[in-house]
Amino acid sequence: MTSNTCFHCGTPCDDIQIEFDDKLFCCNGCKTVYEIFSESNLTNYYDLQQAPGTAPKTVAGKYDFLTDDAILHKLLEFNDENTQIATLYIPHIHCSSCIWILENLHKLNSNITSSQVNFNKKTVRVTYQANNTSLKDVVTLLSNIGYEPYISLDDISREQKATDRSIIYKLGIAGFAFGNVMFLSFPEYFEVNEFWLDRYKYVFRWLMFIFSLPVVFYAARDYFTSAFKGLRAGFLNIDVPIAIGITVLFVRSTVEISFDIGSGFFDSLTGLVFFLLLGKFFQQKTYDFLSFERDYKSYFPIAVTKIISETEEIPIQVYDIKQGDRLLIRHEELIPVDGIIIKGKASIDYSFVTGESETIKKQSGDKVFAGGKQMSGSIEMEALKAVKQSYLTKLWSHDVFNKNKEHTFTNLTNTISKRFTISILTIAVLASAFWLYYDASKVINVFTAVLIIACPCALALAAPFTFGNMLRIFGKHKLYLKNASALEQLATINTIIFDKTGTITSNKKSTATYSGMPLTTTEERLLKNTLRGSNHPLSRTLYDILKANDIVTLDYFEEHIGQGIEGQLKQDSIKIGSANFVGIKSQTGALNTNVHISSNNTYKGKFTFYNTYRKGVSKLFNTLKPQYDLAILSGDNAGELDNLKKLLPAKTKLLFNQKPEDKLEYIKYHQTEGAKVLMVGDGLNDSGALAQSNVGIAISENINIFSPACDGIMDATVLSNLNRFLTTSKSCINVIKWSFLLSLIYNCVGLYFAVTGQLSPVVAAILMPLSSISIVVFTTIATNIIGKRLR
Amino acid sequence: MSVIYILLGVSILVAIIFFIAFIFAVKRGQFDDSYTPSVRMLFEDELIKDKPNDSILTNKD
Repeated sequence: MTSNTCFHCGTPCDDIQIEFDDKLFCCNGCKTVYEIFSESNLTNYYDLQQAPGTAPKTVAGKYDFLTDDAILHKLLEFNDENTQIATLYIPHIHCSSCIWILENLHKLNSNITSSQVNFNKKTVRVTYQANNTSLKDVVTLLSNIGYEPYISLDDISREQKATDRSIIYKLGIAGFAFGNVMFLSFPEYFEVNEFWLDRYKYVFRWLMFIFSLPVVFYAARDYFTSAFKGLRAGFLNIDVPIAIGITVLFVRSTVEISFDIGSGFFDSLTGLVFFLLLGKFFQQKTYDFLSFERDYKSYFPIAVTKIISETEEIPIQVYDIKQGDRLLIRHEELIPVDGIIIKGKASIDYSFVTGESETIKKQSGDKVFAGGKQMSGSIEMEALKAVKQSYLTKLWSHDVFNKNKEHTFTNLTNTISKRFTISILTIAVLASAFWLYYDASKVINVFTAVLIIACPCALALAAPFTFGNMLRIFGKHKLYLKNASALEQLATINTIIFDKTGTITSNKKSTATYSGMPLTTTEERLLKNTLRGSNHPLSRTLYDILKANDIVTLDYFEEHIGQGIEGQLKQDSIKIGSANFVGIKSQTGALNTNVHISSNNTYKGKFTFYNTYRKGVSKLFNTLKPQYDLAILSGDNAGELDNLKKLLPAKTKLLFNQKPEDKLEYIKYHQTEGAKVLMVGDGLNDSGALAQSNVGIAISENINIFSPACDGIMDATVLSNLNRFLTTSKSCINVIKWSFLLSLIYNCVGLYFAVTGQLSPVVAAILMPLSSISIVVFTTIATNIIGKRLR
Repeated sequence: MSVIYILLGVSILVAIIFFIAFIFAVKRGQFDDSYTPSVRMLFEDELIKDKPNDSILTNKD
């Protein structure tokens, strides 16, 4: 154990040290969790991983809504008289200790029968006896031990979606049939006219036929439907030649074995489907712990407290909030609807919405918008609108959210497949015409052979394997893309639009300048020591900026939530906080965040905080500038204009005071002019823009915290690598083009055999897997080499 | 040589049994979570160690 970190959560605790059981704790919360664990003999938790916990945050009454039957009914997975099962999402799950403690919940509450963790999804599935305990008890227990479940509106609005495992079934069936058919067809490859073989080959052939039935009619079904859909839309996609190939293979093979012409191509048929499905499976890279489909529902609570009368409060589902309802918003609760503050002082954190974490002060009578988080005590407000009509949520009624981007985009494989299909059909017809004239008995043979050998297995595999592997490599480098289509579109980008706050600036304010009367040494010492006691983010930042001073114990210290802090040592006193708190008039219209200081009741000056730009932003813009159109769309005021102008290359478009709809329209306008837009944003206010853009990437400082619906989530630390990701995606397209060439060479070799009428099952059985495997090997090696550039 | 029918039958039967086992495993969700079981498996030993009260590093004395 390192000396000065909390035994439970690992936070450095130089300032406050609570000792218990010879261990150091940073706060009482952590100590309590330790006590709970040690009482139940669960201290093994700390042996598995050092300092695995987190300080618990509990607000009384927060989970009262879990007693409401209607809400409970929607949250529970299973519910009979006594046993109830719920799956809870817990963002904090991060190590083996977490799994261990959460699967030992029954030791903390004997009414919990079992609990099972899914680490990748960060969920725990709890089964408990409902007559003795309730979901509220379980959730409260979890929050008390620092594993607070995240329950949002999304949990009750979403229908229970069964996991789609059909691809695994299909792959299993195709692989099973492929292996068995290979065994059965092997003897006939080499032995011709052997006595025993001639006697038993019919059994072998019909067995192969039986094995291939589920492959054609179940495993390959998607290719037929997709080809049919494509044809009906007048579009020759890659599945058309595949479907033709499969059909011809099956029909010809069946005819061959029925009339004892040959042994058929069942081996190639099952192998083809198996490899195709393998490619499909490989491309489906999913990140269980990320969701790319989030809208405001994932941010909003299920219920809030409605005030009926002076003495009566009930939990109410947010969808049931009507205009005129009086709501109680507790500390750290989210404001679900637009409204007016009636009682209490609000300081609202709109970081979900704008990315800006600095709180905004509001007083009774002021209007507040949905999506803000109340940060200083409780307030009462009156709802002005229902949830769906609120300023923020209205954005989601826009058409752009109902559009599937994947469908509006023709990918490279389908672009080439049109020409491919037409030329294959032409070759087949020409070859048949030739043989019709030359040797009419071979026409059918040649015609089907061309269609079989030209079945674009390798062609269809090039893109899935290249993109699938690249998605994994990107994931390792902390850019998590939703699917292959997003990666492909990334290569076509010519315009990049950034959001400002939270995207190119970091969420923490970490630089501050002082203006006013210079502080004396005693004042500085007092200032630093007063700040030490406060947990407010601004005090922490300021504390870190100031020079080190010797630590003294204050005679008096008090923190006034939402206003400031004051400290006293002997005869000197100091006040740090908002303008009103230190006793001066607040300037209205100030664009920046200020912390004012007064010493012995005389005003001294203020610290002004600035957003810091992320590392490498300026360099990134300069490297991107020659190839892309760059723009910044900010929802903020123009306070940072001069700063940005200095930082970024000239001619970068800078637009301020952009509403969410403005951002969306801006992108739409540029798209009509032929721009392919990459939007990089973070907050909910960028959601419209992220959805409208060709590729929308959300920046996140903590991947596990929510980011809005998008095509990719990027860890904030790798933002400066954006240009490398873009060039890599372009190289990916080149790899695919080379693979196309490679597969065309194989096709030409195959066509030679086909056109000359000498295609035997052995040739097909060798050529098809060989071409597929060499494509897989080529793309994998090539993408890995390209991927090295990301480092 | 007619024994080949029996051999074929047996080999296919064995293959199909394994295939059904696979389908069953997928259906039961055994492939849904590929990480947690690998960690959980290692806990078993720790839990046994947990029973006698004093063998734990961080236990209260």
